[in-house]
Amino acid sequence: MATKAFQKIYTKITAITKATCSLKAEGVGNDELATINGRLAQVVKIMGNDITLQVFEGTEGIPTNAEVIFLGKAPSLKVSDQLAGRFFNAFGNPIDGGPEIEGIEVEIGGPSVNPVRRKQPSELISTGIAGIDLNNTLVSGQKIPFFADPDQPYNQVMANVALRAKADKIILGGMGLTNDDYLYFKNVFNNAGVLDRIVSFVNTTENPPVERLLIPDMALTAAEFFAVEKNEKVLVLLTDMTSYADALAIVSNRMDQIPSKDSMPGSLYSDLAKIYEKAVQFPAGGSITIIAVTTLSGGDITHAIPDNTGYITEGQLFLRRDSDVGKVIVDPFRSLSRLKQLVAGKKTREDHPQVMNAAVRLYADAANAKTKLENGFDLTNYDERALAFAKDYSEQLLAIDVNIDNTQMLDVAWSLFKTHFKPEEVNIKQNLIDKYWK
Amino acid sequence: MATKGIVKGIISNLVTVYADGPVSQNEICYISLGDIRLMAEVLKINGDNVFVQVFESTRGLKVGAEVEFTGHMLEVTLGPGMLSRNYDGLQNDLDKLTGVFLKRGEYNFPLDTERLWGFKPLAKAGDIVEAASWLGEVIENHQPHKIMVPFVMEGSYTVKSVVAEGEYKVTDTIAVITDADGKDYEINMIQKWPVKKPILVHTEKPRPFRLLETGVRTIDTANPIVEGGTGFIPGPFGTGKTVLQHAISKQADADIVIMAACGERANEVVEIFVEFPELEDPHTGRKLMERTIIIANTSNMPVASREASVYTAMTIAEYYRAMGLKVLLMADSTSRWAQALREMSNRMEELPGQDAFPMDLSAIIGAFYSRAGFVYLKNGATGSITFIGTVSPAGGNLKEPVTEGTKKAARCFYALEQNRADRKRYPAVNPIDSYSKYIEYPEFEEYIKTKIKGDWIGKVNQMKTLLQRGKEVQEQINILGDDGVPVDYHVTFWKSEVIDFVILQQDAFDKIDSVCPLERQEYMLNLVMDICNKEFNFETFLDVMDYFKRIINICKQMNYSEFHSPQFEEYLTKLNELLKEQE
Repeated sequence: MATKAFQKIYTKITAITKATCSLKAEGVGNDELATINGRLAQVVKIMGNDITLQVFEGTEGIPTNAEVIFLGKAPSLKVSDQLAGRFFNAFGNPIDGGPEIEGIEVEIGGPSVNPVRRKQPSELISTGIAGIDLNNTLVSGQKIPFFADPDQPYNQVMANVALRAKADKIILGGMGLTNDDYLYFKNVFNNAGVLDRIVSFVNTTENPPVERLLIPDMALTAAEFFAVEKNEKVLVLLTDMTSYADALAIVSNRMDQIPSKDSMPGSLYSDLAKIYEKAVQFPAGGSITIIAVTTLSGGDITHAIPDNTGYITEGQLFLRRDSDVGKVIVDPFRSLSRLKQLVAGKKTREDHPQVMNAAVRLYADAANAKTKLENGFDLTNYDERALAFAKDYSEQLLAIDVNIDNTQMLDVAWSLFKTHFKPEEVNIKQNLIDKYWK
Repeated sequence: MATKGIVKGIISNLVTVYADGPVSQNEICYISLGDIRLMAEVLKINGDNVFVQVFESTRGLKVGAEVEFTGHMLEVTLGPGMLSRNYDGLQNDLDKLTGVFLKRGEYNFPLDTERLWGFKPLAKAGDIVEAASWLGEVIENHQPHKIMVPFVMEGSYTVKSVVAEGEYKVTDTIAVITDADGKDYEINMIQKWPVKKPILVHTEKPRPFRLLETGVRTIDTANPIVEGGTGFIPGPFGTGKTVLQHAISKQADADIVIMAACGERANEVVEIFVEFPELEDPHTGRKLMERTIIIANTSNMPVASREASVYTAMTIAEYYRAMGLKVLLMADSTSRWAQALREMSNRMEELPGQDAFPMDLSAIIGAFYSRAGFVYLKNGATGSITFIGTVSPAGGNLKEPVTEGTKKAARCFYALEQNRADRKRYPAVNPIDSYSKYIEYPEFEEYIKTKIKGDWIGKVNQMKTLLQRGKEVQEQINILGDDGVPVDYHVTFWKSEVIDFVILQQDAFDKIDSVCPLERQEYMLNLVMDICNKEFNFETFLDVMDYFKRIINICKQMNYSEFHSPQFEEYLTKLNELLKEQE
């Protein structure tokens, strides 16, 4: 970044911590960017002429006489059609060896959409995975995370969803991604021949953790460009938001803030909401859908990160290994898509809502039967049928390797009902039973 | 002379200002940032240093920026024309803002100053009036909207003149009143009030006792809320808090419904924007939006105005209550408000209480809930604010400060339970942990007798006892096995399941089942309790399950049918046949 003629260079840093530098300077704006010996930093505190800067790359080796130059702007990204097909780092600089982007410079983390200008999401996103489409239907403009333990194949499922979702643009925001996963995404997109629809902002585990804080805003600024200016349907993938929250905790800790639950900053809810609420259906047709990953520790969803996320997002998708069928399934109990009722039975067949609920209820009966079995009690005939149903249901519908369309999913569900139950056992409205119980 | 100031320091949205004159706690000021002005509120004063929280992002703000103090606290503007509007937390009319994105520093006047209102005088020259006396009324969305002596006016006044019946704008003078010293005051339809101060214009605030019908069986039948009552709905995410809250706001028998979307999802507010103008109020047949005001501060809107939003909503509710109306106020969620308090307290480096929340959190919640209530106004009319807040307990743990603080303040507790939600037993209100204190009030018992014949409360209590017993029996069956307990135990368990499936569970997305009028609730409870009071004889526990599943299935079909329709009666006949089998 070239210095401009009128820019003042400061060379006297008064205090340095692991993440921040302080100095005396004048005319500095809040949130403004600066460089310290070429490293990017941002103003986080102003007290008179004492300025505190947060250094994204860390402060290792910064001397007290380092050159500090204020850039007079908040972090920004140049947006244009040239973004498509490119890979960037957290600062929005290309990492794929290609040329710099030419375009309009936009400050990241821009304003919120006026809620009265939003349109109600109503477009179904088909993924072919019945655990999602049947039980937890996704809608464009939705925000939903995968809650998964680190050993589960969430990045693979997410890549599958992205490729089948028929989005105009897919924007990948990778935070603390391992290099292997980064290459995985690159290969999958490349092999599918969709690289020209992808924009990636990547911070791998090899990069400093604090840099990650810029990734979601970078990805969403690019998404807003395509959704607002080009009226495109944009799908944003954010993996892994737990790494993002961990970076927030590091910064807040170094800024001497009082931690709240699980050592997370008290503002975690607002920080996450600012990102997730960028998901929107615009009136002009463009939309931003966010699919994220929140890794859990031992399936614990009461930890502050998944807990706050759950209150913000429109549902969550749980992956679990089902030992009865030996496959990873989308857990029907703990998964939820809050927007499904906007499309289920409206954009899909009329029986969708009732079939979905009945199947989950019967699956719950099977879970009870399983508990009985484990406790050494005799099973009733109903219990045994419920267990048999659960196995088929898990294998034919819940498993993540299923790829069929919505009507087929419903037909499979009806045939499973019929195989294992009597009509009065499924608690479905009579007129639907009359029509589909064949 | 207005006090002015200069910005000295900035940490996120906490700004330190040097003030050149007197400043009061909670005073509103405006900070210049280029050609926009950012609204802020005084939180702490220390010598010349005034700490203010800015209601918007402070990006780009510099030391030395000018500050102008206004001399008043955060106020709302009250007058006809607020119904059907969508306001932000600071009462800006969201529909009047231009562009898709919100712009910093854009504020607007919340009322329509051009519209003409048909005014009818209620007071006449010579009348003695005081704050909140009704001078006249206009019709706002088919409801009478009283034009009152402004709440800020102290002492008594004599009406000098009231304009004749006719069409007036909100800014037109509609009356002149004279104080004891002979000074005249011109009154128009607009008045202002600081949101953090309760509007106290009633003579008496008795214990509330009139049932507020919500059409939700698990509330009206099991744990009723009353006009002027307070309740709260805590629950982990995904247990149906919002669906339940929307159901109540759609169906409740209230004149005015105010929804404060406080730090929650924007798409949920959009759902209200889309549905309410279409849906009908089940009590009047008019569109729901006509009786609704929405205060939207969604989770991505500025955190500082989140706190303001609940107070804005409450103050507007108090204004309508002073007109003798039944107001229902819903806040989703009060936890987000508490978190906003926590963020600010943290930045001000106050010593933290439990979970880093401010020490006085429980007192703040208590004071807020106490603004609701049923009141007798000075002219003998009654008005009420029923307040229902949701709480989003961290990790679903009800032993956290916001839930505990609210439990002390609210009289109804609707505990949403993860386990019920997982099994799709919606609404997932736990029937055993939840309670309504009002059901114990003798005043309520008296009142309900005028609505429902017979020993209603006795029946409800019997139902609850059976639910409790069902749960105990289920635990025993789980320990001892189906064969390990007498067949009777299975009968008891399945009777409690009938109550659960037929009374407690309700399909919020079904056109018929979603609204259950009191008359129908009475009918269904009688029907179910009659079944529960029957003696049954079964050979084995398997027969018990089979039989009761059939009962549940028929009763559910009844819930899905139009009340007393041929279809409904047909299921009733089937039910009676099934019951005869056992005789």
